Amino acid sequence: MKTVAVALDRIGRASLGSLSGVGHAAVLLFDALRFSVAGWRIGQPLRPGAVARQMREIGVDALPIVLLLGFTVGLMLGIQFIASLSAFGAQSQVIVAVAKSVTREFGALITAILVAGRSGSALAARIGSMSVSQEIDALAVIGIEPVRYLVAPALVAMLVMLPALTIFANAAALVGAALYSAPALDISVGSYLLRTFSLLDPGDIWQGLSKSFVFALLITLIGVSTGFSVRGGAEGVGRATTRAVVLAICWIVVVDMVFSFFINR
Amino acid sequence: MPLIEVHGLQAWYGRRRILHGVDFSVGAGEIRVIMGGSGSGKSTLLRHLIGLQRPRAGSVRIFGVDLGRASERELLDVRRKIGVSFQGGALLTSLSVGENVALPLREHTRLDESTIRIMSRLKLEVVNLGGFQDLMPSQLSGGMVKRAALARAIVMDPRLLFFDEPSAGLDPVVAAELDELILRLRDALRMTIVVVTHELESAFKIADTITVLDQGEILMTGAADAVRASPNTRIQDLLNRRPRAVQVDADTYLKRLTGEEA
Repeated sequence: MKTVAVALDRIGRASLGSLSGVGHAAVLLFDALRFSVAGWRIGQPLRPGAVARQMREIGVDALPIVLLLGFTVGLMLGIQFIASLSAFGAQSQVIVAVAKSVTREFGALITAILVAGRSGSALAARIGSMSVSQEIDALAVIGIEPVRYLVAPALVAMLVMLPALTIFANAAALVGAALYSAPALDISVGSYLLRTFSLLDPGDIWQGLSKSFVFALLITLIGVSTGFSVRGGAEGVGRATTRAVVLAICWIVVVDMVFSFFINR
Repeated sequence: MPLIEVHGLQAWYGRRRILHGVDFSVGAGEIRVIMGGSGSGKSTLLRHLIGLQRPRAGSVRIFGVDLGRASERELLDVRRKIGVSFQGGALLTSLSVGENVALPLREHTRLDESTIRIMSRLKLEVVNLGGFQDLMPSQLSGGMVKRAALARAIVMDPRLLFFDEPSAGLDPVVAAELDELILRLRDALRMTIVVVTHELESAFKIADTITVLDQGEILMTGAADAVRASPNTRIQDLLNRRPRAVQVDADTYLKRLTGEEA
């Protein structure tokens, strides 16, 4: 009986903890949006310089790895589709299969997972270590709202840069697929790409981009809320960083599945 | 009119009460030391004084503004008039020493960049850190970090300055230098200063008035000599570093920690 009670107690505490985490993230989102839009009214304006710095860190610095990963994924999709479709004599369908799967699904997903690992963890680590060393308190008593200084620039930058990176990942993936598949289909790379563009409609691109906006929100909110809740010194910061990445990737995959289910029904 | 007025302040962590109705006030130009041992509630009191925690019961007024009821704008106005030097310095590690000191000026004034640089260098010179503006906080010693944090705290020329354990973790010579600096700030810049500390030597050296806090309540407020001569046994225990007769057992401690104790 006691074991059941202990188990129920743990489940209850974990549920309350999760609910409280969601609540905290919602408050952070509300405050970050409030400071981004109307912070200047209360002497807490969003600094363009801070947004630009975050855009460089989140977007520009991640571009080479996003391009490389996008290219590799596209190449792999080309290999897989050529191999499996040729078994049915439907090799020519590889172009539409790659184009739709990259723009609707893989471009946004791969980019979001990469950015979660790179920038979501960095946000959690930065805010967590600042929290431990009282830097967050210092900001507050200087009269700088920590959410405005740390969260709002990251949120705005993420909302701009993740979709931008997704576009680059899509392009790299399509080129990667074209380089492998075009010779197999006995057409030129240029023809492959022209065919790809003719098969895509704006809805395909928009599907991936709309997901990337939601992924941007998730990565930022999970990163910052995990960072703000750090307790227990350097070890706590390490745990928070890992937690931020794992949580963000789990949420990205689940939300992606929900999106795909409803959009493609 | 006092710059700080605290009335009936109570604070809880979970269900555990940390402050039991604290009352005191601090007048302009005074150096007030809030002294107490570990767990006495002095850090919690400081967090209420600098607006990091809002009172759940009682009130804290700074410059006449009730921090518990202040709007965001009012709280910001108060914060622009106070400076805080944290125990570990709390310099932003991503910024250089100069950028740390200049941060409040960049955020709250419309001064041009060259004026900001000059003003932050002047403040660094006040704390004997002239020429250190380009170093990163990780390149400074513990005493230097505290002095750089002090330069940041005074860069907006606050009327009210708070120190959290200024000499903790410093060797006696550096601690004494910091004490001298605090006295100089009061005399030269006419600041009102509140120091939270458990370092007795430092407290008696710099204080105009000492408030002794123990187990969340104020035992007495008075001049250094009056505190020394107090017949209160808890004060004498603190001054003579006598261990407490009653120790808390592990179960009670755990219950307090998790808030399960009513």
